[in-house]
Amino acid sequence: MSTKTYDAGVKDYRLTYWDPNYTPKETDLLACFKITAQDGVDREEAAAAVCAESSTGTWTTVWTDHFTDMDHYKGRAYRIEDVPGDDTCFYAFVAYPIDLFEEGSITNVLTSLVGNVFGFKAIRALRLEDIRFPLAYVMTCGGPPNGINVERDIMNKYGRPMLGCTIKPKLGLSGKNYGRAVYEALRGGLDFTKDDENVNSQPFMRWKQRFDFVAEGLNQAEDETGERKGHYLNVTGPTMEDTYERAEYAKSLGMRIIMHDFFTAGFTANTSLANWCRDNGMLLHIHRAMHAVVDRNPYHGIHFRVLTKCLRLSGGDHLHSGTVVGKLEGDREATLGWVDLMRDSFVPENRKRGLFFDQDYGTMPGMLPVASGGIHVWHMPALTAIFGDQAVFQFGGGTLGHPWGNAYGAEANRVALEACVMARNEGRNLEREGKDVLLNAAKHSPALGAALETWKEIKFEFDTVDKLDAEA
Amino acid sequence: MDMTIQNHPSRLDNPQSLKFETFSYLPPMSDTQIIAQIEYCFSQDWDCAVEYCELERSMDDYWYMWKLPLFGMRDAKKVMQALNDCRDADPSCLVRLVAYDRKRQSRGMQFVVHKGGL
Repeated sequence: MSTKTYDAGVKDYRLTYWDPNYTPKETDLLACFKITAQDGVDREEAAAAVCAESSTGTWTTVWTDHFTDMDHYKGRAYRIEDVPGDDTCFYAFVAYPIDLFEEGSITNVLTSLVGNVFGFKAIRALRLEDIRFPLAYVMTCGGPPNGINVERDIMNKYGRPMLGCTIKPKLGLSGKNYGRAVYEALRGGLDFTKDDENVNSQPFMRWKQRFDFVAEGLNQAEDETGERKGHYLNVTGPTMEDTYERAEYAKSLGMRIIMHDFFTAGFTANTSLANWCRDNGMLLHIHRAMHAVVDRNPYHGIHFRVLTKCLRLSGGDHLHSGTVVGKLEGDREATLGWVDLMRDSFVPENRKRGLFFDQDYGTMPGMLPVASGGIHVWHMPALTAIFGDQAVFQFGGGTLGHPWGNAYGAEANRVALEACVMARNEGRNLEREGKDVLLNAAKHSPALGAALETWKEIKFEFDTVDKLDAEA
Repeated sequence: MDMTIQNHPSRLDNPQSLKFETFSYLPPMSDTQIIAQIEYCFSQDWDCAVEYCELERSMDDYWYMWKLPLFGMRDAKKVMQALNDCRDADPSCLVRLVAYDRKRQSRGMQFVVHKGGL
């Protein structure tokens, strides 16, 4: 038996935390960091430093280390890889023993992995590219309160993506005028309408008036169309007590779905609300305000695929995914990568989509990706081809901006969607024949004809800021 | 096209305003078009079933089953025949095709093919 004695002072991190011979265990939580080190810090030392600071280490040896078996608890940096096409940084792979984390606490996982280490001096920039949650940890988390299949049964929508609309203007409507916009969009054929993320309970429209008038408009639209409808009532409050009060009230009105902003509210709040939704049979739509602050810089922060995994474990039935085709950031392969992470029970490593690890979710239900932001009816064929049935397409301006109003805007989107799904099922290629499919459908739908005319020239073609790493 | 603002015709007292979920915003399908959708269901390995109900309870989850689901049936014409038999037995009802996805324990597809009473 070798013994260890206390030796005060500063040691190279690599002596303890760099272990290229380590084979990760099934139960380890794995992380891939992109590290941009300060000049003069070599790769192994930088990787070991990140590993140490995100697990058991601190800057100097401490005698209390010897109370425990550090070999059992420490993280291990076990692999280094080049970043394709970029020699200013590299990937470091770190394995953390599962014992380091509190069961079911995404908050705890992130506090460790992206805590102090992100301000560490030896590192110029640091990005958490991906995490592999071991299945043993996944099973300690509640996950989506309902999941895709249950949502479809509750909403009675099968065989097609669902359609939503964010009510605009974002701020400044009274509750009664807001309810009008909801009613018009739902009676025209949408499945969902949505509170914008910054609609909470401001002086111009307190939450209770909004909930009351939305419920009335929604119920009228259901009576008129015979179809089930939902409105994402944003219950995100300044305190959890307020949030629960709003959620309870939404339930008392017979509403089916509520909404939460997970990143501004925090993972602890989100997990609590997801648990409430599971107990109360309510669907939970998740908005992601603030995500681009941490996920857009290719060298520093947290990649959205990590946030996606964290949110699925914390709990949500919908999560915004980007559209690939609209006004917001997101390249196609990367988007498909995190869309798989929302929906599938097992997602294999796929570097072409930026997925660094296999991710097994076991029996945890999936979430519906929500494609929202600058999309309109001309995008419908591409959206249907890219996302398939298991998604929500959300047209805000693309519904409310119809020249004849919301009901016609909603109808145009619904006709376009159904025509695309029908054509796809008949074996037609939507990305190639989409225009024909839409123009043909418009022959039976003046609503669609007017929408096609209104948005015929709009495009959003700017280059993506955060591209997948690849050889130039 | 004429872009003059139109009045939306949907009304509570007009049953023509009622919709029945997927594909109900498209014109009625021909038998050929329905068969193409049935073939799509087969390509996904879904089993078809026929259901019917009265117009006034179309929003309910459980419609009447026409006999039993056609588990294992992969002949689209026979599924089409079942839809037609159901319609002919009571033309005043709504008739829909259901496709069961047993792997996901969900319905892969569901749409109304006959709108009795409308």
